[in-house]
Amino acid sequence: MNFSYLPHTEAERAEMLKAIGVASIDELYAAVPQRLRDFSLEIPTAKSEFEVTQHLKELANQNRSTNEFASFLGAGAQRRFLPSAVDWILHRSEFLTAYTPYQPEVSQGTLQVIYEFQTMISQLTGMDLANASMYDASTATPEAAFMAMRLTRRRRVLIAANVHPEYREVLHTYAAGPGAEVVEVPLSGGRVEMGKLQELLTGDVACLIIQVPSFFGTVEDGRALAEAVHAVGGLLVVVADPTTLGVLEAPGAYGADIVIGEAQPFGNPVSYGGPYVGYMATKDKYSRQLPGRIVGATTDSSGQRCFTLTLQTREQHIRREKATSNICSNQALNALAATVYMELMGKDGLYELGNVSLQRAHALASAIAALPGFSLPVDGAFFNEFVVKCPMPVDTLLEKLRAAGILGGVKLETWYPEYKDCMLVAVTELNSPAEIEYYVSTLKSLTAEKAVGAR
Amino acid sequence: MEALIFEKSTPGHREAKLPTSGVAEKPLSEFLPAGMIRQEAPALPEVTELDVMRHFNRLSQLNFAIDTNFYPLGSCTMKYNPKVNELTARMDGFSGLHPYQPVETTQGALKLMHDLEKMLASLTGMERVTLQPAAGAHGEFTGIMMIRAYHEAKGEQRTKVLVPDSAHGTNPATAALAGYEVVSIASNERGLVDVNDLKAHLGPDVACLMMTNPNTLGLFEEEIMEIAEVVHAQGALLYYDGANLNAIMGAVRPGDMGFDVMHMNLHKTMSTPHGGGGPGAGPVAVAKRLVPFLPTPTVEFADGQYFLSFDRPQSIGRVRAFFGNFGVLVRAYTYMLTMGRDGLTQASRDAVLNANYIKAGVKDLFDIPHTQPCMHEFVLSGDRQKALGANTMAMAKRLLDFGIHAPTIYFPLIVHEAMMIEPTETESKATLDRFIATLRQIAHEVETQPELVTDAPHTTPISKVDEVTAARKPNLCWTC
Repeated sequence: MNFSYLPHTEAERAEMLKAIGVASIDELYAAVPQRLRDFSLEIPTAKSEFEVTQHLKELANQNRSTNEFASFLGAGAQRRFLPSAVDWILHRSEFLTAYTPYQPEVSQGTLQVIYEFQTMISQLTGMDLANASMYDASTATPEAAFMAMRLTRRRRVLIAANVHPEYREVLHTYAAGPGAEVVEVPLSGGRVEMGKLQELLTGDVACLIIQVPSFFGTVEDGRALAEAVHAVGGLLVVVADPTTLGVLEAPGAYGADIVIGEAQPFGNPVSYGGPYVGYMATKDKYSRQLPGRIVGATTDSSGQRCFTLTLQTREQHIRREKATSNICSNQALNALAATVYMELMGKDGLYELGNVSLQRAHALASAIAALPGFSLPVDGAFFNEFVVKCPMPVDTLLEKLRAAGILGGVKLETWYPEYKDCMLVAVTELNSPAEIEYYVSTLKSLTAEKAVGAR
Repeated sequence: MEALIFEKSTPGHREAKLPTSGVAEKPLSEFLPAGMIRQEAPALPEVTELDVMRHFNRLSQLNFAIDTNFYPLGSCTMKYNPKVNELTARMDGFSGLHPYQPVETTQGALKLMHDLEKMLASLTGMERVTLQPAAGAHGEFTGIMMIRAYHEAKGEQRTKVLVPDSAHGTNPATAALAGYEVVSIASNERGLVDVNDLKAHLGPDVACLMMTNPNTLGLFEEEIMEIAEVVHAQGALLYYDGANLNAIMGAVRPGDMGFDVMHMNLHKTMSTPHGGGGPGAGPVAVAKRLVPFLPTPTVEFADGQYFLSFDRPQSIGRVRAFFGNFGVLVRAYTYMLTMGRDGLTQASRDAVLNANYIKAGVKDLFDIPHTQPCMHEFVLSGDRQKALGANTMAMAKRLLDFGIHAPTIYFPLIVHEAMMIEPTETESKATLDRFIATLRQIAHEVETQPELVTDAPHTTPISKVDEVTAARKPNLCWTC
């Protein structure tokens, strides 16, 4: 029988078996114990490409894409403009179907892309070097913590409670491995409570992990936090949203030692949470403790510039149990998307990306704050995400908004019970002024309905 | 060669145009603390879309890839990546989903994950599967943390993980990351786990044995039932590294062999593209006794609805934000439906046939340390050629001149001058014949003109790379 992607005819199989000197493929499996061979697979029978495509279309149609809505969902996954050129390049088979560039002579394309990615991430974060990528920001979080532990030979890891809740969860899961002692720094009004932080900053602190902007969208004074942790000999790890870095100060400039983040918004669709692309950058003096692949420039035997994987003595395939991390596959193709995106945006584009999102977010926030019953419970500076307190249960409000074609935000109570009736609203360059007005007017009419109902 | 994009930058050039804000803008200083406003713009390049397209298209032409070249790369399963998978993963109903959308609006995605889990569980003979891990090594870590949680739930503190000396580098690295002491187990003269050495190292302090079956020599561990028995008798668990799953689909299942937990590499076995080093997906399948420890959330189905369950009190917790590399899962699901159960079985059978065919075609010219039939890959030794002046590295580079990607070399560590060859099932007999002929020609060249081999490659975009300077004086960033 013939199946997709299997080229052999029965005649060819017979010819090959003859060359091997066996009578059947079963003979090649002779080492498999007989008693293990009796089972049946609960997998459907083969289908044609057309049938499979139809089936997948049906499944896709049982979902409702964010693109069918006015979407104000953020919280670590951002629907952003995807320039057409990005996906066009991702379709290049030479990038898509290449392996990890272990053979530099036939992998210069992938290697140079990674070098350009590393360079631009270093630029954005104000660091000296970056690696080739991590799985995502959540897994980069424990990797950064462990790196800080190796550098300081300390085990205590402080993480602000306004870092993405799922990044913190991943850190807690990982911590049990190398015996990290993770302590969450409490908040006051959505921000790190400085007094509590000072109490927690003891001489055994490896690092403080903060997120800028925080999960609540707030922008805190990074310099003060850097000084505080440096004073006890610990390192500052910043989780930075790269879409803000055309506008916000580079974490390196305010004292970050390791910068990590999620580069998904650069050219990668939301895709139900993955594949995304984490990044990780640091200072020169820490390069030997950076996990993951790193590409360096060098020359070939004829003297021309070329690129190669380097500092590989940090990695699992060389160092095995002494490696800085077990990471092998990373997110190279997603990093390619981010690289193309950054090059298309350029320096001015990145500034505009941040500025447009920020200006629109503030316009929406002010308009919502002016609506009866709504308020902004978190004080102070924010970027393009903010917390809204609603005059009715969030689930009810979000459902009504959805009926009106709006994905209004993310329910904050899921992770922060103290923020009852609150939602996290994100605004990007894709939320037009008209969409913003529609959101405000819909909120207004929904709450007016409620007021009528209450009478 | 292609210049760096930074060298093509012209001030003022710019492509991606964004809409203006359309709202009444205020100065940034009204919104942000003074010290947090960027003082110096990042030095991103200033180029046009045409510059960018030429740049990346030219760069792509410097790469080997499955769609252009044969990749007999052992342990990496470089099979053809079907294009329909790319189409389905890009459907807006999948790629446009936000992970925090209400589940009422993502029923199709959840059904896909639910059904993919069922298919993978059946394929591996396991009870349940988490789709969360982003890659194989991430899956290994997830599995080992579950093993740890399992022992701890029984009140046991076990400190060691046993790993055969033929194991992938990620195995010991993962065990160390998970806080375990790594103990290496010897292989016997047939290339299989030395059961006596294993027994000598087993004890109440051992958490698990990590194995690949077939192992990295491409050999089936025929004593697997006995191994499972002795491991379990000591209260330890058995971990399966699914990197070599492509050998055994439909032939034998890790769950039936006695494995308790395993990861799969969907970017190997399930045909999703490697993308130059990712993204992958590393689902982890577990036997019944490890189900309580699966990461949260799991995908469940009840009362006609799919939903995410967070109610797992013994869970190890999350290993990644959201639900994993969903786009990769769509591709793998598409592939599994296309192949069907019999197609997957035949894929493994053809993968095994192809590896044995190549082996038969070159065994007279190269040392092959293990003579029993191999599974989907085999390892030869370049010792004989090294003695004549051209080592395995040189022969691997010489293959590049013929448009063939180098096999995995110097791995596994237990074979001198190792060359690990995995053709996969998607290569035609004509390609295999050409590969055999090329290996034979190179063996001949080593005897007659070894410098042709030692100076290779001759036809690639660049020649031999100065790796030493790259590592000693790292240049990792153009503008820094």
